[in-house]
Amino acid sequence: MTESTRRARAQASTADTAGTGGGLAVEIRDLDISFSIDGGEVHAVRGVSLDVHPGEVLAIVGESGSGKTVTARSILGLLPETATTRGAVILDGTDVVGLSGERLREIRGTKAAMIFQEPSTALNPVFTVGWQLAEGLRAHGSYSKKQARAKAIEMLERVGIPEPARRVDDYPHQFSGGQKQRIVIAMALALDPSVLLADEPTTALDVTVQAEILDLLRRLRDETGTAIVLITHNMGVVADLADRVAVMLNGEVVETAPVAQLFAAPQHEYTKRLLAAVPRVQLVDRPLPASADATATPVVEAKGLVIEYPGRLGSPTFRAVHGIDFSIRPGEVLGLVGESGSGKTTIGRAIAGLTPVAGGSLRVLDTEMNGVRERAFRKRRRELGFVFQDPATSFNPLLTIAQCVAEPLIVHGGARDAADARDKVDELLEAVQLPKAYGDRFPHELSGGQRQRASLARALALDPKLLVADEPTSALDVSVQARVLDLFAELQDRFGFATLFITHDLAVVDMLAHRVIVLHKGRIAEEGPTAEVLGDPQDPYTRRLIASLPVPDPVVQAERREAWRAQQG
Amino acid sequence: MARRPVTARSRFERLPIVHQLRQSVGLQRGMLVAGLVLTAIFVLCALLAPWLAPYSYSQLSDADGANFGAQQPPSAEHLLGTTVGGYDVLSRVIWGAQTALMVVVVAIAMSVVFGIVLGLVSGYLGGWVDKALVVVADAIYAFPTLLLAIVVAIAINNGQSGLWPGILAAAASITVVFIPQYFRVVRAEVVRVKSEAFVESAQVIGASTPRIMFRHVLRNSTRTLPLIVTLNASEAIATLAALGFLGFGIQPTVAAEWGFDLNKSISDVAAGIWWTAIPPGIAIVLTILGITLIGESLNDLADPRLRARRRSKASQTPADAVASHQPTAQEFMGEVQ
Repeated sequence: MTESTRRARAQASTADTAGTGGGLAVEIRDLDISFSIDGGEVHAVRGVSLDVHPGEVLAIVGESGSGKTVTARSILGLLPETATTRGAVILDGTDVVGLSGERLREIRGTKAAMIFQEPSTALNPVFTVGWQLAEGLRAHGSYSKKQARAKAIEMLERVGIPEPARRVDDYPHQFSGGQKQRIVIAMALALDPSVLLADEPTTALDVTVQAEILDLLRRLRDETGTAIVLITHNMGVVADLADRVAVMLNGEVVETAPVAQLFAAPQHEYTKRLLAAVPRVQLVDRPLPASADATATPVVEAKGLVIEYPGRLGSPTFRAVHGIDFSIRPGEVLGLVGESGSGKTTIGRAIAGLTPVAGGSLRVLDTEMNGVRERAFRKRRRELGFVFQDPATSFNPLLTIAQCVAEPLIVHGGARDAADARDKVDELLEAVQLPKAYGDRFPHELSGGQRQRASLARALALDPKLLVADEPTSALDVSVQARVLDLFAELQDRFGFATLFITHDLAVVDMLAHRVIVLHKGRIAEEGPTAEVLGDPQDPYTRRLIASLPVPDPVVQAERREAWRAQQG
Repeated sequence: MARRPVTARSRFERLPIVHQLRQSVGLQRGMLVAGLVLTAIFVLCALLAPWLAPYSYSQLSDADGANFGAQQPPSAEHLLGTTVGGYDVLSRVIWGAQTALMVVVVAIAMSVVFGIVLGLVSGYLGGWVDKALVVVADAIYAFPTLLLAIVVAIAINNGQSGLWPGILAAAASITVVFIPQYFRVVRAEVVRVKSEAFVESAQVIGASTPRIMFRHVLRNSTRTLPLIVTLNASEAIATLAALGFLGFGIQPTVAAEWGFDLNKSISDVAAGIWWTAIPPGIAIVLTILGITLIGESLNDLADPRLRARRRSKASQTPADAVASHQPTAQEFMGEVQ
């Protein structure tokens, strides 16, 4: 099946709303799901109707809490006991709603299967992957041990695991994250299901691995004709893989359209806002602020910086950062980009004095961090702000927002207690566009984006010279992320603090940073002005990283995909 | 799950026990109510003993100077008869509640304070202090608890036994047994909380170590303590009764003590005298049962997986439910704040 015919069919199918069920892989009609909770009932999905055609990739997008995962899970009957389901979910001619345990079990795996978000928790660590693949086969039919093993090897080969005959006896921990996700996909496909549910299949993976998994999913769909229901919040992934997109908001489907049409001409107000909020790489050359000239003393200067983590008893120390040199000049935003394990968070923590420096020199605000004593550095801490990745855990849950934001003011002698600092706190909250009244709320009473803004207010309380932001927006929804980043750019412009912005998202770096450092396995792969590094990468790793990034535009992404394939060889 | 309700509920409904009572349904509610009633009776007896009890705990003769007589069967003057020592059984049972309450309160207070401080220091600072304290706590665990309590009781009261020395000795011996429990629970929580981002955030701000320990770590580490306190309270009563039964408790002339009375009634049981043994025994059983029921139901209610729920008929939209639980969890797009 070629790309164009499939597109045409997907397009035609949207027009067909008669809902006869004939030839559909999944048909959802007026699905209503509610959950009983302490305060009563939550109506999580309201009157959702969706069709999935064989061989089609339907992406369900929406923000956290929009009901996209619940809708998809209802196809497999994978809902908790507290859920009440009404409506019909017809899976290959069988209505799944109200099916009992035994009948559900027969359907799971054979008619529909699921790929989970976190591959390392979806596999049982104490059994070999071959055993786990065979387990699914034996649950649904009579396979001899030998046959099951042969089939397992065949499946591993299909999902691109090298040397499948040998690796079938390996345990999950012997595989990398991307390989584990391949194995999870192999398990899901073992019984040729007509529908594959993929719940954020690449969210836990690095960009380069994500591109490989997306490619695998597309190839498998073309080979087997399995329909895929893809749940994701990443519009780049949607543009890359989906044929048709359903947009969910507060438990309702607000728009369903073929992918090209949705990106080109979104109809619903919410879809428009969602697409507008997606960060894109635009390659703007940002001039350095005047304060950041080369002669000024850098706020951070690393020379041959080495950071190690002590190993457990008997195992050697782990070197996270291998002798790197860099500096941050006053008023400059330095983006630190890399995949998981590249050492980017470690560097941020070392600058804040949370991780000791093992070798080389790291000067932060005129203090040598190699062998520094906390007592000596404490005085300089007022010039350093830190924004943590997860705003949910970075506030003391028992203190109000005002008390949390007042902490630095109290610690550094500016105020006696939280009430004394309240004027300054109100000012700070206003600077991050939070109403003053929010100061009296507790952290859990704020949304993720509001908490992250409060976190910015706390970091900026003492007017620092340096801010370290460790993935500050990766736990937020796209639209919220856009607002936090805008606010950040505005504050940086206004107060002129130097920033180390740590992220894995190249588009976010592109929005903010003056300069970028690309880290790869604890070494600097490339360094330079943002537009130069992202627009004309010299290092092969940087090139691969940028080529792997899915662009939220189906047409452009199709071209990029071809280029990426050519690069892969 | 202590979520703050936003709807204007009265403060009364948010009080610890009241909140749980409203939250519970069915069997769990029955258990909780039964526990509360039994415990309320126990506490009332303890507080109102001077007025409730017909005689004093150490009274041997009535106002006219006539002796009660030993092992008298129940009668109008002595509703539950008298003991072998000539005391009124009913009065001793009621006064015994007072002794039990005092010992439990002192014992729990001492073990909670010591346990929390040691657990906090040990868990947060780590290093050799931590290692030493953990070893000591483990060593205490290895002792039979009653033996340890007896040793401490002998060491403290030294044969003397006034009311307060007696109570303190009993409380101290129970404390020694309980400190390791509180120590371990608090330490484990502190170690977990220590690595949370908000503690690191306080470190980055430059807060001093005592400030981080007491302002940020401590209050976040004591959430499970009320449950252990209730469960331990019943264990404390059992330990006190056991000490009294073995003769390391409080003398009958300074306070009434259920375990002591039970001990003295051993020979009565064989002689067919039931009224000296059964009332203090029932008092012990009901008190422990009451407190344990409260502890167990609080434990179940605190865990959302164990908590039974009522199905409500009126369905809400997600927005309503979110609004009533996490007021602003959903930040809608475009809403400028």
